[in-house]
Amino acid sequence: MNWQKQDYDDIPGTYVFDGQRAHPAYAINKLLYTFNDEACRAEFDADPAAYCDKMGVTGEYKEAVLTQDFLGLLRLGANIYFLAKMCIPRGVSVQDAGAAFQGISTEEFQQRLLDKGNGLSDILAKRGDYWNG
Amino acid sequence: MAKIIGGITSSHIPAVGNAISQGLTQEPYWKRFFDGYEPAKDWLKEVKPDLVIVVYNDHGLNFFLDKMPTFALGCADIYENADEGWGLKPTAPFTGDAKLSWHIAQSLVEQEFDICTCQEMKVDHGFVNPIRALFGDHVDWPVKAIPLAVNTVQHPVPSAARCLKLGRALGKALESYPEDTRVVILGTGGMSHQLQGERAGIIDVEFDLECMDKIATEPEWMTQFSNAEIIRRAGSEGIETIMWLVMRGALKDDAAVLHKHYHAPISNTGAGVLVLDNQ
Repeated sequence: MNWQKQDYDDIPGTYVFDGQRAHPAYAINKLLYTFNDEACRAEFDADPAAYCDKMGVTGEYKEAVLTQDFLGLLRLGANIYFLAKMCIPRGVSVQDAGAAFQGISTEEFQQRLLDKGNGLSDILAKRGDYWNG
Repeated sequence: MAKIIGGITSSHIPAVGNAISQGLTQEPYWKRFFDGYEPAKDWLKEVKPDLVIVVYNDHGLNFFLDKMPTFALGCADIYENADEGWGLKPTAPFTGDAKLSWHIAQSLVEQEFDICTCQEMKVDHGFVNPIRALFGDHVDWPVKAIPLAVNTVQHPVPSAARCLKLGRALGKALESYPEDTRVVILGTGGMSHQLQGERAGIIDVEFDLECMDKIATEPEWMTQFSNAEIIRRAGSEGIETIMWLVMRGALKDDAAVLHKHYHAPISNTGAGVLVLDNQ
């Protein structure tokens, strides 16, 4: 039986974390979850391949971990919050990861974010009932 | 009698915690965001709540994906923050109120909200950062706190309509608590943002402002949207805004809007502060 279609499946560039992703990616997410623990982060850093083996992360999942292919991991079902536990201790912020997902530089990604706030003060002034600095 | 004196919304993004820890709140990037909290902080000093109920989602500190409750209530006397693997320094523990929690749990179950009760519950940045933004950092926190976690991480997640109903049930639960306790409810998370995929970085200012306006005065408006529609408009992580409805549902329909503050972008998000007076 196929996985049931969802209303959000057609949203571009978006990997909604549901059963279809969570089920096959259980082991990789469990590996990422262990990174809450400093000792596990250190053990992974000492030998990432051995740590994958220990956690039952194999095949394309293991390959994506070893090559730090964050978009690949996301597509394979890694949850973004759990993935961040791998990124951030390696000096990869969520904005670096966002830029990597899009294939642009972090500076460009940050500038696109900043542009979202253009004219905000005027928009709020027009609405009238917002605190506006 | 317990009294809900009001509700506040707040972003809970990790960067807010880092900005506070690193003393950056008056730096140009952060100043407008944090200055907009001042009226909320002044109001809290005036009304002096005994306890806050923090509606938030756990991001993989307390709950792994092995067991994912849709709604979970802390029923302990103490809640610890801990290493999330994100480089955030753990804060001092928070004091709860187990008797009130168990009263809420009983009342919610009687009202057919079959909530998961947690006698141990680590609280992550989603819980901690709104308290830090609103009360400042403390070794002894000036207010008790109860965590109410909503699953917004692993779909299916509850609908906006369900969150609003939970809020209404929470309001009834608090109203029926015999001891005098002054409660403020914090609805946290949001607003529009997407961290993941090629669509990462979206922010929709117009949608955020419409959500703020309507959640303040006409929260039923938000229940017209399916979760897929909210994700389409506000981003995959923007779904967090449904948690504001738990706060809103616990308040009177005509709660007074004391303060509205919106800022974008902060980190990857649009961020909104509402202060609603329920007295």
